[in-house]
Amino acid sequence: MRFASRGGGLFAVDLDWRTVSRNDAEHPSLLDHLPDPPERLWVAGRDLAALPPCVAIVGTRTPTHYGQEVARGLAADFARAGLCVVSGLARGIDSWAHAGALENGTTIAVLPGGIDRCYPSSNRELYERIAERGALVAEVEPGTPTHKRRFTHRNRIIAALSLAVVVVQAAERSGALSTAQHGLGVGREIFAVPGDVRVDVSAGVHGLLRDGAGVCCRAGDVIERIRPELERAAAERTLGAAPGDMAPDPRRILEMLGGEVMTLGSIGSATGLGASELAIAVSQLELDGWIARGPGALVRRVR
Amino acid sequence: MAVAKAESVAVVGLDGYPVEVEVAIAQGLPAFNVVGLPDASIQESRERVRAAVVSSGEEWPLQRITVNLSPAHLRKAGPGFDLAIALGVLAARGRVAQERLRELCLLGELSLDGAVRRVRGALASAIAAAAAGKRAILLPRANATEATLVGGIDVLPVEHLAQAVRFLRGECVLDPPAETGAQDEDVDELDLSDVRGQVIPKRALEVAASGGHNLLLQGPPGGGKTMLARRLPGILPPLTHAEALEVTQIYSVAGLLAEDGGLMLRRPFRAPHQSVSMAGLIGGGSLTPQPGEASLAHRGVLFMDEAAEFRRDAVQALRGPLEEGTVSIVRGRWSVTYPCRFQLVAATNPCPCGYTGDPIRSCKCLPGRLAAYAERLSGPVVDRIDLQVEVERLKKSEIFSQDPGEPSADVRKRVTAARSLQAARLAPFGVGMNAEIPPPALEEACMLATSAKRRIERAVESSGLSARGVHRVMRVGRTLADLRGDERVDLRHVDEALQYRLLDPKR
Repeated sequence: MRFASRGGGLFAVDLDWRTVSRNDAEHPSLLDHLPDPPERLWVAGRDLAALPPCVAIVGTRTPTHYGQEVARGLAADFARAGLCVVSGLARGIDSWAHAGALENGTTIAVLPGGIDRCYPSSNRELYERIAERGALVAEVEPGTPTHKRRFTHRNRIIAALSLAVVVVQAAERSGALSTAQHGLGVGREIFAVPGDVRVDVSAGVHGLLRDGAGVCCRAGDVIERIRPELERAAAERTLGAAPGDMAPDPRRILEMLGGEVMTLGSIGSATGLGASELAIAVSQLELDGWIARGPGALVRRVR
Repeated sequence: MAVAKAESVAVVGLDGYPVEVEVAIAQGLPAFNVVGLPDASIQESRERVRAAVVSSGEEWPLQRITVNLSPAHLRKAGPGFDLAIALGVLAARGRVAQERLRELCLLGELSLDGAVRRVRGALASAIAAAAAGKRAILLPRANATEATLVGGIDVLPVEHLAQAVRFLRGECVLDPPAETGAQDEDVDELDLSDVRGQVIPKRALEVAASGGHNLLLQGPPGGGKTMLARRLPGILPPLTHAEALEVTQIYSVAGLLAEDGGLMLRRPFRAPHQSVSMAGLIGGGSLTPQPGEASLAHRGVLFMDEAAEFRRDAVQALRGPLEEGTVSIVRGRWSVTYPCRFQLVAATNPCPCGYTGDPIRSCKCLPGRLAAYAERLSGPVVDRIDLQVEVERLKKSEIFSQDPGEPSADVRKRVTAARSLQAARLAPFGVGMNAEIPPPALEEACMLATSAKRRIERAVESSGLSARGVHRVMRVGRTLADLRGDERVDLRHVDEALQYRLLDPKR
């Protein structure tokens, strides 16, 4: 990707963006929960409608080592669980969350400026990777520079896109808290990661906990709580077609599964595959993220 | 004073040690004492011996009788010395010839009417007597069959003390023991073809048999876990003669050998109940050490149904035996070692009520209990289970629509072939089966193709396969390759192996 400096900011020159308006299929319906939903979004990267359900991870721009580790780890675990991590591409927690999510899955960065504005410019590499493997979202026209006022306004989109908002580290007055506030406004689950009581960037999260936010010590804490929404989302999602280069056995299984949940044994008897072939095909589908396994040898298509 | 000597054997653990039984009859107030580290059960033998001698029509000397069991440091227990003590007393009195007695090893418990009763550990005793250069062993007729398994020693079965006396006086001959009635090899009526459906669990059973892997079967109650587990011995290769002798020796010591059983040719299958104590599982007991279920399953299968319900200390105690293949029981003054190279098959429900993930019935477990249950399953023992698969409960319609599977004999052929491939390849590593490959040697012993290595790396990245999980996949992959006769572990073997790990984190 090529970048150019303009007016003190870094802009992507050849970013392939598109606009998504409220009645487009790609428009995330969750945004309609906002009192002032954006009429139009600028999007780059993957189709928003095809991305898995989202969880926001936000926090301070000046995290401690602990915060970095937790943000990265949580994001990686969410991604592994098949969720998309939403954040704001800011320095600190946001960046660690995006990076962690990209380790195992995908992520959305909601930008405070125009879609082509890479802010902060030090995140140039992350910006490129998200454009390639996740999605960039902005609500102002391309070319718009970032302005401080937009930060909190942008936060409402981060909150609304997600089923839950997790605050990793935040000082007493922090933008991350505004994301939590917006999330509360649109009925999202708010979580905070407990921190070291001696550091400033714990004050905000501890305040949230005091006010009744959920305690998030691991990704499972959040996933457990949003499970009903996840299941609903899974039921509503439309399944894509198997790619043309897929081997015959996995393809047959995938096509047979459709939206149904089947046991391994019933797949075996329906396809007539032997144990060995069945195990191999299921492994391949699992590794490529097409299916997920549940208790009781259940197999479910996830993509 | 008159002194006589007789020879017997003390069994410690699985091994017999020669014991000399000295009897001295001296003038003095009538008394009957046993010295030389006898335990309480031998003290009781005084009463049995006296009654049996009198019942045999002999006179009991009203003198001071001292019995010494030597070597004194060896711990002696059980009623097996009765016969030696009784004949020693009679020899000291000149009722039987001393010289005749010294040629023999004597073994047997006496009943009050003089009958010679069956003892434990006759096989080990006969082995020890033969090693000590004895010409013959005089023992209860009920133990004769097992003793004949030992070459190089004559077996003289007796039924009554009086008969032994007459024999030693040359007044009668003893009938030779009955022909060894070795178990028939193929009478295992539990055949794999009885199991319908369950393709993946059956495959896992075959893989477990081939590589000697431990196996975990998880599934709802009534799903067929026990049915599958019971069919594992039937697809294992038959015991070699040396293995059969080991197994028979253990059962002989435990007193579990059928009277006319002879050599045990079938692999044992042990299924202890969840309430089994630590001593019951790995062996022990405070007075007389006994082999536990783990040793009784030696060279066979130890099946733990409802594995999560077993006592925690008992399960923990299995850890060492699983790794070493032997179990050592150490008490204050003694220690014994039993072999226990068994294959573990653990079966569990997916949750305490058994119905989580069931397509029809709902699970009634509280979330907290679910977590606690999963916790019980993890840990040191599950870490040593290479293969973990789910068993599905079939609907009635499915049970009858499925074809019967392959007969056990066909599967056993493949298993045997895979095992001989392993034995040849693993000889330099000092192990015989893929399940035993130590982690440092895995890389070298498994011979992974580059594509297979990459696949494993990818699984580590994408599904968080742990280091232990990687080892499991390598070992199981190796067995899968051996089953197909492939030299290298390739992509397909790794892909298949990845399906057989249920309890790895982050599935």
